[in-house]
Amino acid sequence: MKFDAQKARWEHFPHGADVGIRGIGATLEEAFEMGAVALTAVISDPEKIAPQIQVSIEIREVEPELLFLDWINRLIYEMDVTKVIFSQFKVKISKEGLVAQVRGDTMDSQRYDLAVEVKGATMTELKVFLHNGLWMAQCVVDV
Amino acid sequence: MAFGWLNVWWTSESENVELNRFKNIAPTCWEIEPTGEMRVPATIYATKELVEEMDSKVYEQLCNVASLPGIVGKAFAMPDAHWGYGFPIGGVAAFDPNEGGVVSAGGVGFDISCGVRLLHTGMKLKEILPYKETLADLLFQGIPSGVGSQSKIRLNDFELGEMLCGGAQWAISQGYGDSRDLEYIEENGVMEAGEPSAISQRAKERQRPEMGTLGSGNHYLELQEVREIFHPDAAKSFGIELGDAVISIHCGSRGLGHQIGTEYLRLMLDAAKRFHISLPDRELACAPINSEVGKAYVGAMNCAMNCAMANRQILTHFTREIFRELFAQSQLSLVYDVSHNTCKIEQHMVHGKSKRLFVHRKGATRAFGPHHPEIPEKYRAVGQPVFIGGSMGVGSYVLVGTQESEKLAFSSSCHGAGRSMSRTQATRKWKGQEVIEGLRKKGILIRSQSLRGVAEEAPEAYKDLHQVVHAAEISELSRRVAYLTPHICIKG
Repeated sequence: MKFDAQKARWEHFPHGADVGIRGIGATLEEAFEMGAVALTAVISDPEKIAPQIQVSIEIREVEPELLFLDWINRLIYEMDVTKVIFSQFKVKISKEGLVAQVRGDTMDSQRYDLAVEVKGATMTELKVFLHNGLWMAQCVVDV
Repeated sequence: MAFGWLNVWWTSESENVELNRFKNIAPTCWEIEPTGEMRVPATIYATKELVEEMDSKVYEQLCNVASLPGIVGKAFAMPDAHWGYGFPIGGVAAFDPNEGGVVSAGGVGFDISCGVRLLHTGMKLKEILPYKETLADLLFQGIPSGVGSQSKIRLNDFELGEMLCGGAQWAISQGYGDSRDLEYIEENGVMEAGEPSAISQRAKERQRPEMGTLGSGNHYLELQEVREIFHPDAAKSFGIELGDAVISIHCGSRGLGHQIGTEYLRLMLDAAKRFHISLPDRELACAPINSEVGKAYVGAMNCAMNCAMANRQILTHFTREIFRELFAQSQLSLVYDVSHNTCKIEQHMVHGKSKRLFVHRKGATRAFGPHHPEIPEKYRAVGQPVFIGGSMGVGSYVLVGTQESEKLAFSSSCHGAGRSMSRTQATRKWKGQEVIEGLRKKGILIRSQSLRGVAEEAPEAYKDLHQVVHAAEISELSRRVAYLTPHICIKG
């Protein structure tokens, strides 16, 4: 994943007690990748996480918003079970769903400042859309 | 942290609630007449000031809840209500299965059966003060807390199944605590209708390393002092006196509950479509209680409640062991254990008839009044204990359920303060170390694996707990019993 400050980026948006995550990119894949970086940024600083451990992910879902929801929820699940925090994401989206290679490092509180767990992705503010030539993928996550 | 521009153009607009949208029934009772799709009225219990501070999304979400099939009475919001997902946090709604009533995973939330338990140390705070730093260190070492934390407990498939059906009773059978604890846990520590077959393998895997862990975010274990007593009879009944040292534990069903919430929310989205339930917000995804999905969710949710009660029981055991290291004769007794993210089957009076209802409380606490048969005999004359958690600098309240709350909101009360500031805003405003130092000067020791986590949980990022509790009292949802101030906080 190549980071282009002009196009691909992520951000958080406010939602009461929880956090909104948004990925923005030139392609749908980039928006999903950046949405995943935004998820990691809720927990820790993604730029500091070494991409040492790789995990493969496959999701079958055709509706883009539900695919984004499933993508974020799957990452939350994988992080919780493997105790690995991901920082790099490579996504391929097809008509059937997505396949992804994600990389990260063991959750080690001595090495990383791990602020808060994410419990799940919600359907609140769940949107995937094209705006001014850029793809946006977003939802609120429960922390 | 966030790159680029902060543009909220793509998010729904939120603003404060306008008072003219309500009928003001009493100083703390604001009613919304049914309009449009609403099947019943909705009521917010709060002071004028709290209502004015509420996000308009609370109003919108409460009206949406009032439009769900089979809802009875009214949809309610507690004084600490704030914008949730689907249901407002601080929302209460009851559904009748015989009138097409629904059960909603979003109406319970991801952290199923998140709750608070209070332990009495059997000591005065002044007896503990000389050992405060040591106790803080021992608690931090012995209570697995924070992101990625794990305990030494690993359950095999058989044990996991037993835990999912047995709750705190299972935990005690494994040596985590004393059978005398059970009387002081809602439902005596076990939801009988747990159905492990309704839970995915993923949910079970997510839980495997997380039994006996506190979690993170607003979860905590605190040493507190009873600083003020408001209701001497109830305080006496609960065994608390001024100057007593108590322990509050706030946590829930960990990864298991989160995964059950995630998966059933998705399943209920399809079910709602199948049953032609119109959803004003997808997060309200629900299924008829009597449908296959509805029944499966109730079975899975009951298991998650058992998991939460078992988890708090194990943490209690760890806490007792730590106390015994420092105070050999210590006997930490359980005052009570309450959950605030639940859907429970209860009998309530609706229009003069007793009905069996599925009562959703999302960020709301059950608060039975005096003489209710489900209250421990020792407390029955005064009512059910209710614990309201605050931020790490403010402390907590012990409340007691009232007789009036049955009529007001299916015997429910508030659960906490709620945030006034986002996590991002908080980290921009404060540094974790500064927060720790500031609290240390006030005599509060913070132990946490994350400085950023501490900054996000800064006391000033929360609303005024005292106002919330005051509103609950003048609404007659519950009465204040005692105010507890923090001295050690193990922050998740």
